[in-house]
Amino acid sequence: MFSFVVSRILQALPVMFVVSLISFAMFAYVGDPVSIMLGQDFTEAQRTALVHDLGLDQPFFIQFATFVGNALQGEFGLSYRLSRPVAELIADRAPATLELAVCAAFIALAVGVPLGVYTGIFRHSWLSRFFLTFSLIGVSLPTFLIGILLILTFSVWLGWLPSFGRGDVVQIGWWSTGFLTWSGIKAMILPAITLGLFQLTLIMRLVRSEMMEVLRSDYIKFARARGLSNRSVYFGHALKNTLVPVITIAGLQLGSIIAFAIVTETVFQWPGMGLLFIQSVGAADIPVMAAYLMLIAAVFVTINLVVDLLYYAVDPRLRVGRGGH
Amino acid sequence: MKAFFDSDLWWSFTRSPITVLSAIVALICIVGALFAPLIAPHNPFDLASLQLMDAFKPPAWEGEGDSLFPLGTDDQGRDMLSAIMFGARVSLIVGFCAVVFSTLVGVTVGLVAGYLGGKMDALLMRIADIQLTFPSILVALLVDGVVRAVVPREVHDQFALPVVIFAIGISNWPQFARTVRGSTLVERNKEYVQAARVIGLSPLRIMRSHVLPNVMSPVLVIATLNLGFAILAEATLSFLGVGVPPTQPSLGTLIRIGNDFLFSGEWWITIFPGIALIVMVLSVNLLGDWLRDALNPKLR
Amino acid sequence: MSLLQVKNLRVEFPTRRGTLVALDDVSFDIAPGEVLGVVGESGAGKSMTGAAIIGLLEPPGRIAGGQILLEGKRIDNLPYEQMRRIRGRQIGAIFQDPLTTLNPLYTIGRQLIETMTTHLPIGPGEAREKAIGWLEHVGIPAARERIDSYPHEFSGGMRQRVVIALALCAEPKLIVADEPTTALDVSIQAQVIAMLKTLAREKGTAMMLVTHDMGVIAETADRVAVMYAGRISEIGPVRELVRHARHPYSKGLMDSIPPLDRRVERLQQIDGSMPRLSAIPKGCPYNTRCPRVFDRCYVERPELLDAGTTRAACWLYAEGAPQGASV
Repeated sequence: MFSFVVSRILQALPVMFVVSLISFAMFAYVGDPVSIMLGQDFTEAQRTALVHDLGLDQPFFIQFATFVGNALQGEFGLSYRLSRPVAELIADRAPATLELAVCAAFIALAVGVPLGVYTGIFRHSWLSRFFLTFSLIGVSLPTFLIGILLILTFSVWLGWLPSFGRGDVVQIGWWSTGFLTWSGIKAMILPAITLGLFQLTLIMRLVRSEMMEVLRSDYIKFARARGLSNRSVYFGHALKNTLVPVITIAGLQLGSIIAFAIVTETVFQWPGMGLLFIQSVGAADIPVMAAYLMLIAAVFVTINLVVDLLYYAVDPRLRVGRGGH
Repeated sequence: MKAFFDSDLWWSFTRSPITVLSAIVALICIVGALFAPLIAPHNPFDLASLQLMDAFKPPAWEGEGDSLFPLGTDDQGRDMLSAIMFGARVSLIVGFCAVVFSTLVGVTVGLVAGYLGGKMDALLMRIADIQLTFPSILVALLVDGVVRAVVPREVHDQFALPVVIFAIGISNWPQFARTVRGSTLVERNKEYVQAARVIGLSPLRIMRSHVLPNVMSPVLVIATLNLGFAILAEATLSFLGVGVPPTQPSLGTLIRIGNDFLFSGEWWITIFPGIALIVMVLSVNLLGDWLRDALNPKLR
Repeated sequence: MSLLQVKNLRVEFPTRRGTLVALDDVSFDIAPGEVLGVVGESGAGKSMTGAAIIGLLEPPGRIAGGQILLEGKRIDNLPYEQMRRIRGRQIGAIFQDPLTTLNPLYTIGRQLIETMTTHLPIGPGEAREKAIGWLEHVGIPAARERIDSYPHEFSGGMRQRVVIALALCAEPKLIVADEPTTALDVSIQAQVIAMLKTLAREKGTAMMLVTHDMGVIAETADRVAVMYAGRISEIGPVRELVRHARHPYSKGLMDSIPPLDRRVERLQQIDGSMPRLSAIPKGCPYNTRCPRVFDRCYVERPELLDAGTTRAACWLYAEGAPQGASV
């Protein structure tokens, strides 16, 4: 178990290394931070001084090491656009994005998995066909359009739910939450559905195809031949085998929810990291982009690790060195 | 040709009314988009013909509608129907070029990695893995952001289209590479390839004329499914304001513009391009789904 | 009375190019405790017959005619839930590949216990003790320790023993064994077959043993049915059929087995191959390959006819057959 975790962490390191290299390259070579920071009027002496202060006259590897060292301490420099420390900006915005992502993930899993199981087992029922058509429309609808349609229906026409912002938030330490006020919860509904819908349809289709694959397997046929009840065949034998690949992909999908939040946050003007990122892309605000990239990479690597551990818990074939022989 | 109409593929095509319907719809979309300059009722880019008096006209069937503008007009008095046709043209071109680009890169990498194996394989697949860790829309956004920072602002609009194509294309090659590599590994060990190697054909020739044709059918499926994705990716980028320039609006740009008028009641400016986008992507995805099932008899 | 009766069983597969008849007019009985071997080439319908009996034909395959009776009661038209109670409890099944028939994510103990508690009025604790007993019966060493192991911790042969334990643990009256040793190493095939035979004899379980291995049949079966193109071409006691096959096809089949007691220059082989289901000729399905074919074989389809000690579907045993018919 321990060695498994260690080997997984070792595998994650190169990913983080490459990502930090890319981030650093963006940081150091894309655009010209010095002239952006100096503004219009400056003397050559000022310029040299700033280059020295920023460490830009150091050799590449020293610069890179400094960058990584700073990044590990959460230090990403100043935003060109807002002239505030990037870490501070991101910390401000993180709670909004994380709360949104958790709600969306919950919707995607809680609805997607049962629908996938149902449509996988009852392949030809009219309800399955309905769900499948719905899911195909789901993957063909871009997230932003879903958001716009929801706003049009529930905000503009019906006037039931707010169309932008987080509503009233409550500050708990450095974390700001929207879960504790009625307006915060109302504001969460449309963005969470918007963000979750695409993942929902994806998870549903994935569970369905895995379920169908497993139901064709010999051990399911044998479980039937042993006269086990349908419930035991479907939910005991089939579902558990379905879970192995589903965990992997669902895990990755949940990671991409945080990335896809960019779009949803733009549609709903949700004050999260995604909105910050897209504003930075528009303004070529490299420090924020680099920090966001590193952060997302860290999130993905963590999710991958958790997925691997879950995998390990579900599939005994990975647990070598246990039991007989 | 006769063989084609007798094939299982054609049979399963004609057996599925939804597939036939989506093929027809896709065809209409493509024709409408490609020949937009010839068949669109107005030219939305001809500034001379734009009248601000025509702005915000609702669709023709609403009370204040004008039969001259069947789907209404936008804030500048552009005919929505024509704008949609021109927009779909941009969307389709970007989507198609992006898919071609990722297919080229992905198939080449996959062939090389699968055929040569060893260190080359390990390196290329590691790169693909790392990129696959990130959602492609994020990769596209980053590429776009970086290019935006590199290219001077004045010429940016000229480069916008190729940049978007590059950003979407590069964000999606690993899928092709993985599939092709997998099939290449299988093909490489088959006897006919061994034989080709024994008689001294060059690796390039073996890859191109022996391995490639045998890995094409999964590539075709992925490419079709990816066309829908690429169109959506372009629309998303444009919606976020980092895609194609406003001078050449795609469907995503139109939706973005319309979004600003959602609350003042001019719903048609955003909804009609939205519907056009959905119909186009849905028909392409349905075709892709059918193709996947038809070429993969196991799932039938 | 027979334990199992199959009467004029017909199985069809609707396809886009018309309906394929996979099994046609298949009839046979199995007595309590009897072992019926079923042989034939791949695609002859052996496994299909087994699947039809346990009620698990793969869709779109369906029983289109005939009856299957267990202890005199029809089981081919039972609702799914009733048939489920028969499967495992009355009719057990053994599949070909032990590597894929066990659920990889559950311990073998759990799979045994759930089978028993589904069918027998016993609790999990008692089932566990019985499960250990069954594992010992089928020859798993250190059964008490290994009951909580996962399938991947066993070798192929050991896994097939577990599968056999699973098929027998609810004490069915009949086992349908579909090529139970084909996927195993040759060296352990004999062991597994011997064990299966002994257990069946001890428990008085009848068996339908589907295989293409004539050696296994000769060793294990009481009677043999030879299948060809979805039909039974000959059925009879195993000694008779092995030594004096009557149907030209069975004869060809037997001649193609290398004898152990003498040297032969060259093994006989049957020319040609079995017709596809979509291209079964009119008359006798074997008429394209039969060395003794005559005009009637192209016109009418032969029923099973008395041919001395066996019954063979061959016009040579009808009245008015050409000279030299009864070999």
